[in-house]
Amino acid sequence: MRHFFALLTGLLMTLGAVAQGLTPDALVKSVTNDVLDIVRKDKDIQAGNTRKAVELAEVKVLPHFDFAHMTRLAVGKAWRQASPAQQKALTDEFRTLLVRTYSKALTEYRNQTIDFKPVKMQAADTDVVVRTLVQQPGSKPVEIDYSLDRTDQGWKVYDISVAAVSLVTNYRSSFAQEISAGGIDGLIGTLRTKNGGGEAAVASKQ
Amino acid sequence: MAAAVTVLTGGCATTANGKDPIEGFNRAVFAFNEGLDSVVIRPVAKGYEFVTPDFVRTGVGNFFGNIADALIAVNNLLQGKGIEAASDAGRFFVNSTVGILGLFDVATEWGMEKHEEDFGQTFGRWGMDTGAYVVLPLFGPRNVRDGVGLVFDMAADPVGHVSDPSSRNALTALRLVNDRAGLLPADKIIDEAALDKYSYLRDAYLQRRRNLVFDGRPPKDPDFE
Repeated sequence: MRHFFALLTGLLMTLGAVAQGLTPDALVKSVTNDVLDIVRKDKDIQAGNTRKAVELAEVKVLPHFDFAHMTRLAVGKAWRQASPAQQKALTDEFRTLLVRTYSKALTEYRNQTIDFKPVKMQAADTDVVVRTLVQQPGSKPVEIDYSLDRTDQGWKVYDISVAAVSLVTNYRSSFAQEISAGGIDGLIGTLRTKNGGGEAAVASKQ
Repeated sequence: MAAAVTVLTGGCATTANGKDPIEGFNRAVFAFNEGLDSVVIRPVAKGYEFVTPDFVRTGVGNFFGNIADALIAVNNLLQGKGIEAASDAGRFFVNSTVGILGLFDVATEWGMEKHEEDFGQTFGRWGMDTGAYVVLPLFGPRNVRDGVGLVFDMAADPVGHVSDPSSRNALTALRLVNDRAGLLPADKIIDEAALDKYSYLRDAYLQRRRNLVFDGRPPKDPDFE
């Protein structure tokens, strides 16, 4: 059994290396399997070691995310009023927040299994949704959907929705609330405060 | 930490959100529910999680999920989705028999997908507007439509019709605690993610319900780029 996993890991790492040329559904599948395979074997992450989970996310997952796109979507209309420096600060802080959330979710992973739905796409498509279903014993399965678009660097994830709740657009109204109260700098400040409050694992990565 | 953020944003939270006209009232009820959860429900759920093995919680979840399938079948029928309703009824039949009173979810293993329907969704399907967002004491986030749906859900709930009061209460409490235990991992993730837990959960609720009414294929939100 152990040999099988070693073989599988080796295979998935190879897949990761060629992820650039993969279709979106194959990309999501290989990255997810790759990461969960590591989490399943890593007692530290299972015990809640967020720093290790962040490191794993930084190496395996984040290269496939388009944080500028995510931030633009979450900020909405006010994005165009922000200066390039403000846009960069917003993207950095939002990235930190999302990475921390994602890493926390990794430490909560137990023994769920994931079904990947094949994507019906045309060769010319530039925007697709890859649907997955997380099965957990005794509970309703949870849908996790990844929205990807085609960029010069290959397919990039710009939104994740969990149980039909988009993690990115869910920030819209609280971001708008912050901006109307304290401007774009007010939102940047709130995000900084939020990010600075916990472990500095992510901040040191910036 | 989360509390500090809530205080920070709470002070300036007067921005009118079209879907949440009674935000002040809702925030007060939300705070009450959060207090109740942290003092009573979450500690009980944690204790329950600690003393029960996984397979027990799975069985309990399956048992109540099986009862729910009967009502899901009714709601799919009311929404004119005959194929789904037949599948839900089939699930109920298979799990009640082969699955030993619903303790085992054999139907899912046989490829019969579990659905999620309730009266709030049925009313939405019939075209009823969602109305304002409202946080109910104990029951939590709803909109007016789903609040009305909740009354019907509860009236139709077989557990509520168990005639022996102590069995009825025990079943209701077990279902609540088992459901809450299943959500324990989500607590930490939400605390990590939310700038303001109240609006984070509100927006998640509104997104999710909209999606459910359209069975996962809602029309594109015009706000969305």
